[in-house]
Amino acid sequence: MTATALERAERRKAWAFALPGLLWTALFFLVPFAYMVAISFWTRQGREIVATWTLDNYVAFFAKAHFFKGLMVSLEITATVTVISVLLAYPLAWIIAERVPKKWQRFALVMAILPFWTSYVVRSYSWLLVLSKGGVVNQALLSIGIIAEPLELSANRTGTVIGFVHFFVMLLTLTIYANLIQLSPNYRRAAADLGANAFQTFWHVVLPLTLPGIMVGAFLTFVLCIGDYITPQILGGNNELVLPQVIMLQLGRRADFPMAAALSLVLMVVVTLAYIACARWLKMERT
Amino acid sequence: MRHLSTALAALYAGLIYLFIFLPVVVLVLFSFQDGTLPVPPLNGLTLRWYEAVFSDGKLMAALGNSLLVAVISSAVACILGFLAAYAFARYTLPASALLRGLIVAPMTVSTLIIGLGLLSMLNVTGMRLSLVTVGIGHVVINLPLCFAIIYASMGGHQVNIERAARDLGAKDWQVMLLVTAPMLLPSILAAFFLSVTFSWDEFIVAFLLSRFDVTLPVEIWSMLRSGLDPKTNAIGSVVFLISVVFLILMELTVFRKTGKSS
Repeated sequence: MTATALERAERRKAWAFALPGLLWTALFFLVPFAYMVAISFWTRQGREIVATWTLDNYVAFFAKAHFFKGLMVSLEITATVTVISVLLAYPLAWIIAERVPKKWQRFALVMAILPFWTSYVVRSYSWLLVLSKGGVVNQALLSIGIIAEPLELSANRTGTVIGFVHFFVMLLTLTIYANLIQLSPNYRRAAADLGANAFQTFWHVVLPLTLPGIMVGAFLTFVLCIGDYITPQILGGNNELVLPQVIMLQLGRRADFPMAAALSLVLMVVVTLAYIACARWLKMERT
Repeated sequence: MRHLSTALAALYAGLIYLFIFLPVVVLVLFSFQDGTLPVPPLNGLTLRWYEAVFSDGKLMAALGNSLLVAVISSAVACILGFLAAYAFARYTLPASALLRGLIVAPMTVSTLIIGLGLLSMLNVTGMRLSLVTVGIGHVVINLPLCFAIIYASMGGHQVNIERAARDLGAKDWQVMLLVTAPMLLPSILAAFFLSVTFSWDEFIVAFLLSRFDVTLPVEIWSMLRSGLDPKTNAIGSVVFLISVVFLILMELTVFRKTGKSS
């Protein structure tokens, strides 16, 4: 009798502690999210959102070229950025983990990710200074005489990709380094004992063992890259829009909430599919 | 052979470091440009763009707004996260896995979706957009992070100390405030500073949910419309400096934690 009363008091206390956080998330995340899903099936008439259920927005996504193209451009850019970033970051992470003396490794790593902490908007803007027609790269190349005309490095896809790769090389160096230093040196010793040279050890032992870590980093890159609006907007120009730009355009210029909501949910579905694929691949690796 | 590969490694690392630091160095360097364009050639050095930044009322207001939103929303996220972590670590709640999932759910969704959802809901309720609505959005983003960091550091080894305090007659709130919270202080501080840096830098939610009182990233965003400008470089350099200060504070708190435990 007293035990149950005590239990009830304990449970009441537990709820009292957990409830503020739970309520906040329910009220300001779950409810808005559910409402947004509902809106994506409604339509806009004039300036009003009318609650008549329809698939029009989703049909429009597949039927209208500029919506679907937004997703394709997003996927192309994201794939390019992910591949280049992994290829650039892996050697750096490897050099820091293998060639830099132990006591300097932390410093080397902090330096490799320091600009990561500049404001996101400022970082994209600062690439504009480097890549624009009168920018540092073009001025340097022009003055040495390698080129006669300034290169088109910004206001196009090249600019977007460079801006993104810069950000994700830092992120991936961090994740791949964390993966590399966790490898037990025994694996490498065993490979050496069996007569493998440095390259063979790397190719057949180290690389396969760090592949899951690369996949996790690549997935993170994919998610952050495909959902980003800032870098393409500042560095990409307006010739080909990525999906987040299309979404913001629906919102800003046309105040079309239902369409923006539908497009955002399409983006979310794509990310979820990537997550499932990645998780399944990791599971396969382990078995 | 060994020398060659070391030289190649050094060369590669050097090139990547150059790539990583190039935009930041150019940003800071040309914030001192004595001219109206932050591109080469460098005409001379001046501090006038920094003077212009610090005498710009709108920019300074935005900087104040950013700090205010970052500190208050992070404090709220930390308190809610700590309470929830305490509840899940010390008591058994029904369907606790599901409820934990609810708390960390916003982490899996892009900030664009969080911002859009809140915006459309606020439109219905008729609540005006302000710094408060931006702060609400930032708590939604940072609460999962604070909860996860603090929950991860709540282990069984603190339970005995809490029990001892209770045996000595401490009330629940005294145990939590005077025993548990101080024991977890390094991770609470780490969660707080990490949350501050995220809120300080967050753009999409702040852009969607603010109207007249804007945060610094939104103000810088609207400055970008006027093209390349050394003043933008100057404010950008200031933002970088403040971010690095937060980072050092965080490094110190986290470092103290690892230093103690080893």
